[in-house]
Amino acid sequence: MWEYITFFFNATILAAALRMATPLIFTSMGGIFSERSGVINIGLEGMMLTGAFMGMMVSHYTGSPWVGLLGALVSGAIMGLIHAVASIQYKANQVVSGTAINIFAVGFTVFMLRTIFNVAGTSPPVPSIGNVSIPIIVDIPVIGQIIGRQNPMVYMALILVVVVHIFLFRTDWGLRLRSVGEHPKAADTVGINVFLTRYMAVIMSGALAGLGGAYLSIAHLSRFGDGMTAGRGFIALAAMIFGKWTPFGALGASLLFGFADAVQMSMQELGIPRHFVQMTPYILTMVALAGFIGRATPPKAIGKPYEKE
Amino acid sequence: MDNILEMKNITKNFPGVVANDDISLDIRKGEIHALVGENGSGKSTLMNILYGLYDADSGEVFLNKKKVDITDPRTAINLGLGMVFQHFMLVDTLTVAENVILGSEPARMHFINYKKAVDDVARLAKEYGLRVEPRSKVADISVGQQQRVEILKALYRQAEVLILDEPTAVLTPQETEELFQVMNNLKKQGTTIIFITHKIKEVLAISDRVSVLRRGKLVGTKNTKETNHPELAEMMVGREVLLRVEKTPAQPGKTVASIININVRDRVGTHKVKDVSLDIMSGEVLGIAGVEGNGQQELIEAITGLNRAESGEVLLHGKPIHKLPPMPIKKRGVGYIPEDRHKRGLILEYSVADNMILGLHSQAPFVEKFLFRNEKAIQENAQKLVEEYDVRPPNIKQLVQTLSGGNQQKVIVAREFSRNPEFLVCSQPTRGLDIGAIEFIHKEIIRQRDNGAAVILVSAELDEILSLSDRVAVMYNGEVSAVLPVEKTDERQLGYLMLGGDAQKAEGDVEIETAAE
Repeated sequence: MWEYITFFFNATILAAALRMATPLIFTSMGGIFSERSGVINIGLEGMMLTGAFMGMMVSHYTGSPWVGLLGALVSGAIMGLIHAVASIQYKANQVVSGTAINIFAVGFTVFMLRTIFNVAGTSPPVPSIGNVSIPIIVDIPVIGQIIGRQNPMVYMALILVVVVHIFLFRTDWGLRLRSVGEHPKAADTVGINVFLTRYMAVIMSGALAGLGGAYLSIAHLSRFGDGMTAGRGFIALAAMIFGKWTPFGALGASLLFGFADAVQMSMQELGIPRHFVQMTPYILTMVALAGFIGRATPPKAIGKPYEKE
Repeated sequence: MDNILEMKNITKNFPGVVANDDISLDIRKGEIHALVGENGSGKSTLMNILYGLYDADSGEVFLNKKKVDITDPRTAINLGLGMVFQHFMLVDTLTVAENVILGSEPARMHFINYKKAVDDVARLAKEYGLRVEPRSKVADISVGQQQRVEILKALYRQAEVLILDEPTAVLTPQETEELFQVMNNLKKQGTTIIFITHKIKEVLAISDRVSVLRRGKLVGTKNTKETNHPELAEMMVGREVLLRVEKTPAQPGKTVASIININVRDRVGTHKVKDVSLDIMSGEVLGIAGVEGNGQQELIEAITGLNRAESGEVLLHGKPIHKLPPMPIKKRGVGYIPEDRHKRGLILEYSVADNMILGLHSQAPFVEKFLFRNEKAIQENAQKLVEEYDVRPPNIKQLVQTLSGGNQQKVIVAREFSRNPEFLVCSQPTRGLDIGAIEFIHKEIIRQRDNGAAVILVSAELDEILSLSDRVAVMYNGEVSAVLPVEKTDERQLGYLMLGGDAQKAEGDVEIETAAE
């Protein structure tokens, strides 16, 4: 029995789980912004992919992965803006708009990769953000092995969760954002600008998804590959729902899904096809939506464009 | 007294209708000014213009003698206007305090000072006698308390003029009285109140002056003391109105329908209807009074086959119908007016003619050879009913969604009543209708009764229950707490029972026949 436990729960796998969870954490925090304001963001996948590409490209040209990160943030924000214009300004169906963004991002990144780097499939290696050790913590047994030496973006993700939580539940901005997602007309009648709030939230959402994508191309690896997000945007969406649209809930779900990702290689050694493990995020999401683990209630006004009379 | 607010020559057109036609209204400082009119008379439009939700096509607004341009609610709030909407503008998932401060949060560096928020709300609530717990979630408090939160929202923003849009529509008589106390408190402290309603009784009870609107025009403004019920009713409707339903005493015959120990649970397992038993006789109206959400709707759905009861029986002429789907129940002579005519009862995108055969559409003569519509029969049927039930405009091809609420309801009434049902289930039959339509539908219900139908009438309006019913059952928390002959009860007693008062201790020394019998 103990063998099986240590087979899955050892410091190496848990450290890997944290690494795999990081892009999910960034992106699910982005999802929370958008959906808490009442806008469905199924385009997270495409926003991530764009961020992964632009992060790589800016890092390549400037030689600084940190500037690359900024590039990813801005490009994600622009994708968010496109989604905002379509779904808030023009009241387009939010799922259709998000899907369009996903399809667009795939074509855009493939096209740009060929045009700029004249390669297909994978970009040349670019400067990336290296791991750092945290003094003292790194020397603690087990814990040090798990969180003592990681990529700075891993720590940023964890800090982000706390920041988003404080933003949503402690500040007036957060209160207004939530009210807009629940009952936009009520917000409007007390003088809150529903459109502006949603714009900011969706742009923020894209920016964070862009960072999530950049983690893959200039932190976890140091190159971009076609379609490298591989559905992580959707898994982040699943993590957000599984976490009931709360930052800490989404963190927990991201860690769980990251863990599933980390153990899939080990699973193969046991003769279990990794595809089964890859299904877990989605199965868990359906379980969450079906209400088995307390009800996952989305913000009430989600998906509905706000119409002023 | 000075005018605090003047609206001058306000005109607002919506496509096809003049909602406000050159309306000029003065509001005096510190008064309770009632604004009455039937549905669609333009009261809410006028107030929405005042609050900056609509732009007037022309006209001016003066506040404290200064011309103001109110383009959005934020401006209205800053000018000292507060509005309590008929459909509350509250965020369910937030607490009372959060709802009150929303948009005007006490914050430093954007961090909300929740302690101050809670303290401020508690202090305001105490000052004006608006009992409510600041830390409760809005979803968990009663409708009456939610309304207090709305009033607190306005007071928190230092409203000098408070607009209450049909505030009593959702309240029990007791809650209405409490609201009136609050209104008087506010008046004493100097707040000016504009009180929108279509209930004349309330106008007379609380207001200082009253303005009447009809079809977008101001009919007149009166001092409440110098007017009376019939005069106001006539001003509202434009003709003399019959205020009481004329009816002869009931001639109850044999039992038509028996409801026996019905229990209903909702999807999440909440016990909504608890062991309800009722007998309904031919030729009588059994009223079911109760605050909404006490199981009336679930009971009605169990009777009409829209929902399955967990246990118990419904018998029609001694034969069980509780296991049948809605259509066969209808065929056995049960007529049904649903409480929500948009969700149930009508298909808004269909014509008047098609709506008049809903549920009968698969029967002769409306269908031929099992398959094809008999257009001639459908149209003849509709033409006849439109005339008989005075549906306006009398165009059977018109889509139902373009009719007024009253005429939509007449379409349902025509369809259900014209089949001379033996058992008639009416749920909130006049909700949201104007006086003219209410009068018509009440007469039709009594006509059905006199023709020998057994009628169940569910209504949140006690006036309606008292004027139409022969016996009254009170539902509270899923149980029928009492069944009383109508002549032995009154509004006060029913209101007391509706709030869960003990049937045995109910005020008034009447004998109470318990439901369990």
